[in-house]
This record gives sequence, C-alpha cells and structure tokens, in this order.
Amino acid sequence: MPELMQFILSGLTVGAVYALVALGFTIIYNASDVVNFAQGEFVMLGGMITVFAYEAGLPLPLAAVIAILVTSAVGVALNKLAIEPARGAPVVSLIIITIGASIFIRGVTQLVFDKQLHRFPSFSGDDPIHVFGATILPQSLWVMAGAVAVFVALWLFFTRTLTGKAILATSNNRLAAQLVGINTNWVMTLSFAMSAGIGALAGVLVTPITLVSYDVGIALALKGFAAAMLGGMGNPKGALVGGVLLGLLEAMTAGYISSQYKDAAAFIVILAVLFAMPQGLFGKKSTDRV
Amino acid sequence: MKLFTTTALAALTALGLTSTAFADIKIGASVSETGPAAFLGDPQAKTLKMMVEDINAKGGINGEQIELVLYDDGGDPNKARTFATRLVEDDEVIAIIGGSTTGATMAIIPVIEDAEIPFISLAGAIDIIDPVKTFTFKTPHTDRMACMKIFEDMKARGITKIGMISGTDGFGASMQSQCKSVVGDYDIEIVADETYGPQDADMTPQLTNIKGADGIQAVLNPGFGQGPSIVTRNYAQLAIDMPLYQSHGVASDGFIELAGPAAAEGVRLPGTALLVTELLPDSDPQKAVATSYKTMFEDKTGTPVGTFGGYSHDAMLLMVDAISRAGSSDSVAIRDALEATSGLVGTTGTYTMSPTDHLGLDLSAFRMLEIQDGGWTLVQ
Repeated sequence: MPELMQFILSGLTVGAVYALVALGFTIIYNASDVVNFAQGEFVMLGGMITVFAYEAGLPLPLAAVIAILVTSAVGVALNKLAIEPARGAPVVSLIIITIGASIFIRGVTQLVFDKQLHRFPSFSGDDPIHVFGATILPQSLWVMAGAVAVFVALWLFFTRTLTGKAILATSNNRLAAQLVGINTNWVMTLSFAMSAGIGALAGVLVTPITLVSYDVGIALALKGFAAAMLGGMGNPKGALVGGVLLGLLEAMTAGYISSQYKDAAAFIVILAVLFAMPQGLFGKKSTDRV
Repeated sequence: MKLFTTTALAALTALGLTSTAFADIKIGASVSETGPAAFLGDPQAKTLKMMVEDINAKGGINGEQIELVLYDDGGDPNKARTFATRLVEDDEVIAIIGGSTTGATMAIIPVIEDAEIPFISLAGAIDIIDPVKTFTFKTPHTDRMACMKIFEDMKARGITKIGMISGTDGFGASMQSQCKSVVGDYDIEIVADETYGPQDADMTPQLTNIKGADGIQAVLNPGFGQGPSIVTRNYAQLAIDMPLYQSHGVASDGFIELAGPAAAEGVRLPGTALLVTELLPDSDPQKAVATSYKTMFEDKTGTPVGTFGGYSHDAMLLMVDAISRAGSSDSVAIRDALEATSGLVGTTGTYTMSPTDHLGLDLSAFRMLEIQDGGWTLVQ
C-alpha cells in the first residue's frame, strides 16, 4: 500500500501546481472570455524575479512580494498596451495577442535575466514528511495550501464582493455593465493585475519543486489550461478539481500502467470528459439566443 | 525613397561592422545562442568570440587574423541549414563550427559536404560521425561513450542489476537507447526502465516502481535540464539507498546547486577535466589547457565554466591547429590536416583523428566524478 500512497501524494503535489496555474486563468476569462496564454509567463516571472531578488540579498518573503507586485504591473501593462487598444476585436484576436505577449515576455526575460535554470530554498526545509509509508516534501504542502487559499479567496471574491460581481457582469454583457455604472476598463485592468498576481504567487510557491527558467511558462500554461478546461473554464472550483484530477491521473498512469503513456492517458481522459460534458466538470451551460 | 535610403544605410553600416579587419581567415559558426538549446549555444558563442579575440591578439594564425562570422540558429534545424548555406555562399568562409544540437548539425552536414568545407560539430549524437563523412568532425564525446564509462564503473563496483529513469527529450531518449544497446557487454541487466517528461515536476511514482524492482542495485538517469535535478531530489525524498548515476548532460556546478548538496551526495557521473581542474594532478596533460580556458571564460563572463562551452573551445583549437598545419586557406588541405590531428590536448579530452574516426576521443576523456560535500571528487 505505500506505493499507492506515494502515487497519491505525487499526484496531489503535481495537481496542486496545475491547480494554482489553472486558477490564474479564471479571472481574465471571467472578465473578458479571453483565455490568457501569457498566464504561464506570469508564473515564470513570479519565480524568476523572486530568484534574482533573493540572490541580490533580499529576504525571501520580501523577494516574493516584489515578484508578485512587479508581475501584477506587467499584467496591467499587458492590458493597457496590448489588449485595450484592440478593444472591440473578436475574442480570438485577443487570445492571439496574449500568445504574442507570451513570446515577447519570454524573450525579454532571457535578455534581462538569463537562460539558466534557477531555484531558491524551500520555505520549510527539505526533510520529507512520512505519511503511511510514503513521503511528501514540506514545499508540496505549501503549494497545496496556496491552491486552496487562492481558491477560497476567489470564490469569496466572485460571490461576496461587489467588485467580483462587477467582473462577472462585464463578462456577461459589457454594454449592460457600463449602463449600470461599472467602469469596464477598470474591471479589465483589475482582472489582469489579479491574474498576474495569482500567477506570480504560483511561481513563487512551485519554484522550489519545479525549478524555473525563462521557458518553463509554456509547459505550465498548457497543463494549467488543460486542468481549467477539464474542471470548467472560469470556475475556481473547476480549476482546483481539474488540476488535482489531472495530477492524480498522471501519477496513477505513471505508477500502474507506464510512465511512457503518462501524458497521453491524461489527455485521453480530458478528451473523453469534454466529449461528454463540453463545458467541463463544473462549467455552466451557456445558451445563446438566436 | 526615404525608406530605401535608410535601408541602404543600415545595410552599409552592417557590412562595415562585420568586416572591420581585412581578415584572410574567415571561420563561420552557427550555434543556438537563443531558444530551447540556449544553455548549450550561449556559452559556445561566448567561447568562440573570446578565443578569436585571444588568438588575434597573439598574432593570429601564421600571422593572419581570424574573422569569425557567427549566426544564432536558435536550435532550429531549418535556420541552421539556411545559415550554413549563407556561410558557404555569401560569407565564403573556409571552415564552419557549430550545430549546438544534433538536429541543427544534421541539417548543416549536407550543405558543407556539398560545398566541401570542413565542419566541426558541437553536438552529441554518434550518427554525426558514424558512418564517417568526409568533411564532418565533432568534439563532444558520444552518449554511447558516456554509457560505457558508467557501466565500466558499475561493473567495477560489482553491480549487475540496474534501473533506468530517462527523460523523453532528445538527449535522454538517445542516451537511453545507446545505453540499452551496450549494456549487454558489461553483464548488467536493466530490470526497470521508466521515463519522465522534460518539464515534469515530480518523479516519485517512477522511482517508487524502480525501488520495488527485484534485485536492483543502482539507478541510472540519462537526461538534462531540470529533470535530473528533480529526480535526484525525489531520490533523496524516497530515501533510496542505492548508488545513483547521472549523465554527462548535467556535469556542471549548477546541477549540485539545483539538486541540493544533501540530495546530490554520492551521485556519480562521467564528466570532463574542465569540472575538476583543481583536482587534477600536475602531471595530467589536460590540466594546463583546462585551467587556462576556465580562467579566461570565468574572468570574461563572470559565470562558471561548463562542459558545453568546452566543446566549442576544442573545436576552435582543432580548427586553428589544422589551419596552421595546412599552411593555406584551402578547404581540402584544412580537412586533410584535421583528419591528421594527433595528440591535440583539449578541455574535453586528447584528440587523435583518423580516416575512420572523426571524433578522436576515447573513454579516458571522461572522468568518473562523485559529488561529496557539495563538490566534485575524482573516482579512481
């Protein structure tokens, strides 16, 4: 049984990483229906800036806060410089803009920082914690706690605060939202800042496990996107469950079937789920009036 | 019209910049300074530039200055082929160094074989020089040699059953298959064979299965990038009490730092003399050349020297040696001189080429290293 337990713990670790990335997708999607493909770059920036601030001698918590603030500023800049001028363009065009932005951010990062792999120390050391004969690193618990905390915060934000509801209203119908007095430009800026901040937080939490370099964003965004689709795009609960499911699927396939088919198995399950439930597990059904 | 003028001006400026010296010896290079293989090409480009500067400052080759025409192919075989064509047709270089990745190298080979220009590759795969191609040489040892070095060490320790966990990236997959093809020669059996994706965050499921395999005595991890660091950390997390072997792909100080000195304790890997210059006895022929390259690279770039930059160092060394022996800038004469290279000491090993061997290294080029107390030690 220790094997099964180890597979589960591995799945939870990886799943929490995916969930944190997936959660970052939800806000921008909720505000504008845009899937932000630069989300992985926000995660990468969070890790990279923390690494360099930490190596410059700042204490780790301060370095992390700086990374989150700077990345949020990058998110705002992305909205102001690239998304807002293209206002009125179809969602597909905006998504393509985010892909371009991700390539740009990656390029700038390798010039400003470097092309090497980096890591900073785990928050609570590297001594494994033993659970029923299996082991887990303390940093994995940080990532899981981070994913749950971001989930709870987002859930409260979207259901309990006026600002959160304003974001949902903007997504639902931008014109109507404006008519009831919502500053939709401000909502967009806020959503990019928050998404970037959550991405950076994810980067700070996962870097001691996954390591960071300028090009880790693509793979993280791909898995995070898959997790968000599985759970239902735009729903924080979906992002959390989708991420953890994806991680567990990969770990179980690697453990019991073959590590060769790990990624394939995960994506086959995602395809099967989306075939039966196109909106994902927790996505809301949308109906268009024709 | 205005656009035309500015374009023409820009072109003139560019031309002016690239041909400052009226060089007689023009050497071309195409490496992946950016892109996914930047960790290979970046130190290689820096090394080539600083070596040319150094050689020119010392009077060049037979009194003639070298001009380096360097392109960044981003590790993309299509671009590598385009740049090779440009180097041959437009820049009219007399020799080419480059191809940081096997893919880029394979794209360059047909171009230079057609044009009959000597070419030294910086990529690992054995296919580059086996079968031998007339104008193609290479400096890095092959992954098959790394496998043989590792299995030799395992055999000496009495290990007969091993597990393998390999990355699915090009490097990991190629080394995995090479290791499997030579493992029989050492009476070693692979009892567990697992893989992981190059960007995976956790390999404990694979390692758990390896740990449970019957009679297993050691584990080998072919791969580079972050994978081997994470494998090493997970290995320590699961408290697996067997020797762990890494490949030459992670032979750098960065690996110890990323994996953590505690987790990396006792890990063995085949590396080059460059990593352990201080540990080499003064009698070691490679000590002087490795130390001088290390000092030059670290002074100029402020980053630690690595095996990959060493490949381009040796390529330039071989080329300069061949050109000075050929005594002319005739491509065929340089090729013949390259093939006649004998006992040339580089950072990677001592090169002795022949018509049947365009790599010219043997297993002695690899040093078996073990990580102890966060540093390297030589295994005797």
